[in-house]
Amino acid sequence: MHSQAQNPFGPTPYERKKERASLIAKVVTFVMSMALVIPMLLIIGLIFVKGWSVISVDYLWENPRGGGIAGGIWGPLIGTFFLTLTCLVIVAPVGVLAGIYLNEYAPDNRATRAIMIAVTSLAGVPSIVHALFGLGAFVVAMHMGKSLLAAACTLAVMTLPVIITSTREALAAVPRNFREACWNLGASKWQTIRTIVLPNSISGILTGVILVVSRAAGETAPIMLTGAAAYLPLPENMPDKLMPYYLGDQFLALAMHLNVIARDVPNMPTEMKFGSALVLLCLILLINSLAIIIRVQLRRRKRW
Amino acid sequence: MTSTHLSPPLQIPGRDGYSIHVNDFSLWYGDFQALFNVNIDIKQGLITAMIGPSGCGKTTMLRSMNRINERYGNVKTTGSITILGKNILDEDVSVATLRKSVGMVFQRPNPLPISIFDNVLFGLKSHTPSGYYSRRELQDLVEQSLTEVGLWSEVKDQLKRKATELTLEQQQKLCIGRLMPLKPEIILMDEPCSALDAAGIERIEALIGGMRGKFTIVMVTHNMAQARRASDECIFMLMGEIIEHSPTMDLFMNPVHEKTAMYIEGRYG
Ligand SMILES: Nc1ncnc2c1ncn2[C@@H]1O[C@H](COP(=O)(O)OP(=O)(O)O)[C@@H](O)[C@H]1O
Ligand SMILES: [Mg+2]
Repeated sequence: MHSQAQNPFGPTPYERKKERASLIAKVVTFVMSMALVIPMLLIIGLIFVKGWSVISVDYLWENPRGGGIAGGIWGPLIGTFFLTLTCLVIVAPVGVLAGIYLNEYAPDNRATRAIMIAVTSLAGVPSIVHALFGLGAFVVAMHMGKSLLAAACTLAVMTLPVIITSTREALAAVPRNFREACWNLGASKWQTIRTIVLPNSISGILTGVILVVSRAAGETAPIMLTGAAAYLPLPENMPDKLMPYYLGDQFLALAMHLNVIARDVPNMPTEMKFGSALVLLCLILLINSLAIIIRVQLRRRKRW
Repeated sequence: MTSTHLSPPLQIPGRDGYSIHVNDFSLWYGDFQALFNVNIDIKQGLITAMIGPSGCGKTTMLRSMNRINERYGNVKTTGSITILGKNILDEDVSVATLRKSVGMVFQRPNPLPISIFDNVLFGLKSHTPSGYYSRRELQDLVEQSLTEVGLWSEVKDQLKRKATELTLEQQQKLCIGRLMPLKPEIILMDEPCSALDAAGIERIEALIGGMRGKFTIVMVTHNMAQARRASDECIFMLMGEIIEHSPTMDLFMNPVHEKTAMYIEGRYG
């Protein structure tokens, strides 16, 4: 009683209520964030525990045999690598340059806004729809047939909107006063973009591109209809083994392979299913950490 | 620093002693009219201050003089602004070339996130094909420009350093210095000292004073003491109109208009 009367800054009842509400909010939001983290850790843990036993150099380096029931994972692994690389080569220049146009050159009018809405909505289209589009446009209409190129083009179309959006965001994060300074010194837009805007947004742009492409590496639907095979006999002789597919060939890919051995191959040993899931997971984690490394490296150089 | 009042304007052949003529100039942002029939003649080689309460259109007027305003949304103008005998609002004016002659210094120093050396040369390089100047010439230019703004001795050993790491005062000096290689006719300054501390303000004012005669300087400020200290002529604006334009001492000692008198006595703004 006595000490309370002496403290002019003690919490009022309303203050206590406020604090309680704040604490509850903190707990609830924490639990929700754990709802994301815990299943993710469980999934990764399960895949590691169950798949770890099959991982070996031989498993990585051998081609699948007998429809996937035996052998290793080399063919699908290198297939996913070439697929992702081809997709990257197609989508990166188109997406980044389109993002530059939309953020730097396009006038702020209805047409531009309509394009941006279209781009954003396109990013939400399910991958199976892209698969059907790829089948119609690339495989059939453009006579690519079911091939690595057709599948890469399909993935490129699928990832393009997200790359455009992330590029735009990275460019928009460059402070306006830098551009202002450039215009005032009489630099053209392209000079401004080349010398100031791009060097200061390249880390964001690259991170966006890599993250999006790594997501594409795990997609099954778009490549299933456009070029990925369930099983192929692959060359075992040396130079060909490193490059088993050309752009016009069908190919194996990890996501597709996993899909096939998990569902369609009877008597498939469980640890091999988890083994290939583990390889796919590691590949994607590897690509993502590459993105993080690039971002950290480039960000260290920029300071304003 | 006391103002050496009204050193006579340089008489350069082919010029009438004025750098800028603004004639019946009005400006709208969309439907909002920010400037009303402005008429100003700015003398060559002098420091002209623009004062007036916040929102009266000082920045807008200044930005119109190198047409940077066009970048800020839907801007419409009537009237003319004549610089070196040419109406800069004409269709055939290249804004890049215009901005080479009419440089601008901002309220918040805005060095580019590149090296000090490259900042000084950025403008010049934007106007010439690469390889136009030799390495030696460029180095000399950097030294001259930084010497001009009193920055050379401080930074000569760290020219490769990022300009954004300098102190605000150094940054502002650099922003003035990087106009030098372009040899501008006019330098526009929008509250160039407002981001600085008292000592910084004094040194930048001294620097601006030292540029008198070499450039025509138009400086917006809402610090009346600064206008008084640092300018030769003074323009008082109110609600998008020019109320009074006279030699600084006259404007402060014997204002012609009642509104000017009220403003400098601090009755509004
Ligand atoms: N980009 C803009 N769009 C619309 N209105 C603007 C813009 N810039 C300034 N204004 C308006 O024009 C008037 C003058 O602004 P400004 O020139 O910045 O005044 P000052 O620099 O004297 O404070 C203000 O009323 C301001 O709100
Ligand atoms: Mg202003």
